[in-house]
Amino acid sequence: MLKYLFAKESEIPQGTTAIFFGISSICWFIIGTGLGSFNAAKLAFPDWYHGLYWLQFGHMRQVHVHAVIFGWIAMAFAASMMYITPALGNTKLWSEKLGVWNCLLYNVGLCLALALLWSGVTSGREYSDHIWPIDLYIAFVMVLPWCVNVWMTIIHRRTQGIYTSNWFFAACMFMTVIVFLVGNLPEFFHLTGLNEAYMTWWFAHNILGLLITPVAAAITYYIVPKITGNPLYSHRVGHLHFWSIVVFYSTPAAHHLMSSPLPEWLKSFASVEGVLILVPAIAYVCNILLTMQGKWSMFVNNVEIKFTITGVLLAIPLNMQGGFQQTRAINWYIHGTGWIVAHAHLALLGFSTFAEAAAVYYGLQVLLRRKLYSLSLANLHFWTLLIGFSLYWTSMTIAGLIQGAAKIYEVPYVDVVIAEHPYMIVRWLGGTLVFLGNIVWLYNMYMTARYGDEVPAGRQPAELAYVR
Amino acid sequence: MAFREYKIGCWMFGIALSTSMFVTIFLPGLDISAVSSTDIALEKQLTYGHESGFSYEDPFLSGAGKPIKVVLTKDPMNGSPMDKTNAYVFEAGTPFPSGLTHTHVLGEKVKNLSESKGRIGSANEDQGAVFLVRLDEASDTPYIENASATRGWTPEKVLAAADQTIMAGSGKTMFVREGCWWCHTLLPEQTQDWQSFGRPPMLGDFNGESPTTFGSDRKAPDLLHVGARNSSREWMMLHFFNPRLVQSHSIMPRYDYLWGDKDAKGNPIDLKAWDEAYMKYAAGETPYPPEVPVPADNSDARYLIDFVLNLK
Ligand code: HEC
Ligand code: HEM
Ligand code: HEM
Repeated sequence: MLKYLFAKESEIPQGTTAIFFGISSICWFIIGTGLGSFNAAKLAFPDWYHGLYWLQFGHMRQVHVHAVIFGWIAMAFAASMMYITPALGNTKLWSEKLGVWNCLLYNVGLCLALALLWSGVTSGREYSDHIWPIDLYIAFVMVLPWCVNVWMTIIHRRTQGIYTSNWFFAACMFMTVIVFLVGNLPEFFHLTGLNEAYMTWWFAHNILGLLITPVAAAITYYIVPKITGNPLYSHRVGHLHFWSIVVFYSTPAAHHLMSSPLPEWLKSFASVEGVLILVPAIAYVCNILLTMQGKWSMFVNNVEIKFTITGVLLAIPLNMQGGFQQTRAINWYIHGTGWIVAHAHLALLGFSTFAEAAAVYYGLQVLLRRKLYSLSLANLHFWTLLIGFSLYWTSMTIAGLIQGAAKIYEVPYVDVVIAEHPYMIVRWLGGTLVFLGNIVWLYNMYMTARYGDEVPAGRQPAELAYVR
Repeated sequence: MAFREYKIGCWMFGIALSTSMFVTIFLPGLDISAVSSTDIALEKQLTYGHESGFSYEDPFLSGAGKPIKVVLTKDPMNGSPMDKTNAYVFEAGTPFPSGLTHTHVLGEKVKNLSESKGRIGSANEDQGAVFLVRLDEASDTPYIENASATRGWTPEKVLAAADQTIMAGSGKTMFVREGCWWCHTLLPEQTQDWQSFGRPPMLGDFNGESPTTFGSDRKAPDLLHVGARNSSREWMMLHFFNPRLVQSHSIMPRYDYLWGDKDAKGNPIDLKAWDEAYMKYAAGETPYPPEVPVPADNSDARYLIDFVLNLK
């Protein structure tokens, strides 16, 4: 990497940025899920390891969340955008050099940000835990150069139209910057009280809804048609998806705060808008699944499609659950319980991670021009992820229902803790499976880069038969 | 962007996003900001000070730059007995909370009263000040009184006359730094928590507090009124040192490292030795757990216990 930092733009091979982002994202995936599994162990067995006082749950929890969101998810997005945007514009990335610097400064910034969170230097606001100097660094050094690269690549495209994925990329990066800066206003200008609390969730909700959800979807809009060879089922439905994301997903932030004393109209409004998110959700899922027409065998044979479609299928329960849990009738029962943690992992570890993993698998093969080293290891990775996630989701959902029931019957809280104990252990086992699967993935990708079969120019990795 | 459709699209996008932000940020902002501080909000502001998260005064969240809450039973000026009074001492240089420095935080009526009757306008961070939360009976409105101006109570005199000093402001910093709010909420839910956890907060109860840390996940009891349920300092001490000493099924982490190097008597604390002795006890080899040291007055543990007991 270092040798490219000061190289001339023309000397940097195309795809370098995407490769660096891709490899970094896998490493952060391992780190992030490792931390998650560690935290889960703490919640199951609080005295299991003792003496490591600096590895407190209260410090490590946000490090896990930010390592997976900023390290894994966001970097996998960056990797995908850095190769998908130029491919769809029939051009090359606007500046590989900017991209390489971006990737370096992204990793450095993330290490710094996590180290500060780890040592307890925090703003005390969930999902915008970073202190404001770090927020500014993230916005202007980590995200803005990435935006510039995506936007300029789209502007310099050599096709007439802009494909669906690229609308999403361009618009979502713009919205991310806005959401990041506006969402952190309370810190820059020291807003307080419920204004601050509401803005905290405005930020969190919109990062999930205007960055993570639509970009993950946009990636699948590329991967599925590209690998199956089917054209996207409907661009009209793609339009519907895009516009309803912008209009509906940007509004229900208050549904995260249904039990707080916010103005009642705001909670009702959020609750209605939250159900309307089902419009983009259904449009999207239908569009992708209909694109698969005639190619469903690839769901079994092709590992990228297997990952992508699993992610899309997981989006169905995810969104049904979301629309359901945020109505007033239901929310009071499951708010703040393990149910929400399960929902969060269904969203980020289920739906979005599966979509991104496919894009990173595919992108690295295309860019390195090497066929995946081992299909069996990839399948192993897939199944550890899916089984691990299912254990996680099921156990936390049950734990959440127990907590919900305890709210009604007003049992002493420690009885809830005792009742949840077995589910905490299952969650830990499931999460650990995910972590172990990721190590296999890194090994597989390393071997691919080293020993994978070369993909001849003009061919797709998926077209080649596996030799091993 | 050669296509005309894309120009139109960009405009539509801009309009959609701005409208959305107008409805979800500007309108709620107006509504929330129009609410006056309640007496609870005034007490919280004066107890927790300017900001409990990262700030210039306290970049590493050590609990510096926070006011001290004191309980008075005699008049600091002449020592004569008086009704039990809570006073909030801002020593010279301690930053004031938002309510005293920003115009919109207190709300119109509270602000006018605090200025006319409470004379908060004459308070000055560089010199420090002592504040009280008072109620104007006629209009049933709480307000802040600057006792340094109205009664001549200087921070030094009030600290000298205090029966009890409560470091709840520094304790809130510990609460933020140690991530207690990942497990505990400070928000009894409006629907069904009254019986177990007490009265849910109201709209004006948060004015001026930053961060609110009322939490979104609950893996443990709500703490908003925990001091009213359990006011035993001894229990809190044991529980923070190792929750399994008092509640064998607890999943709460140990906070023994908040004790620092020395206990209240100045004896060094050896966590390793304590842990070894405790593991023997946990394995059933010894009948009693090792003794828990009493935290020193300037230890993080003391701040945290003050904060928790102050949650009434
Ligand atoms: C891993 C989650 C977790 C974290 C982090 C945590 N706690 Fe707890 N806490 C619990 C659980 C579970 C209980 C209930 C069982 C018990 O009494 O120990 C509890 C109980 C308590 C109680 C007694 C509540 C009552 O109703 O009597 C207090 C006070 C308390 N915690 C304060 C804190 C403070 C302060 C912190 C931060 C320094 C903290 N806790 C961090 C899980 C946690
Ligand atoms: C129709 C779609 C959806 C709706 C209506 C919805 C609704 C909600 C609601 C109401 C909550 C808060 C529940 C509570 O705390 O009481 C929540 C939490 C969450 N949602 Fe969704 N959701 C939807 C889809 C998604 C998607 C697509 C994602 C991400 C890709 C997502 C990610 C999350 C996360 C991470 C949380 C946890 C927040 C926390 O830390 O508390 N959700 N969702
Ligand atoms: C890419 C994968 C993952 C993502 C994106 C992710 C994301 C998140 C998010 C957003 C939260 C906050 C949830 C909330 O507040 O509601 C969270 C919490 C947590 N995650 Fe993950 N996670 C991932 C994988 C894992 C794994 C593999 C484990 C291992 C068990 C794990 C364990 C935990 C734990 C223990 C918490 C704390 C939950 C709590 O406070 O109750 N996560 N994660």
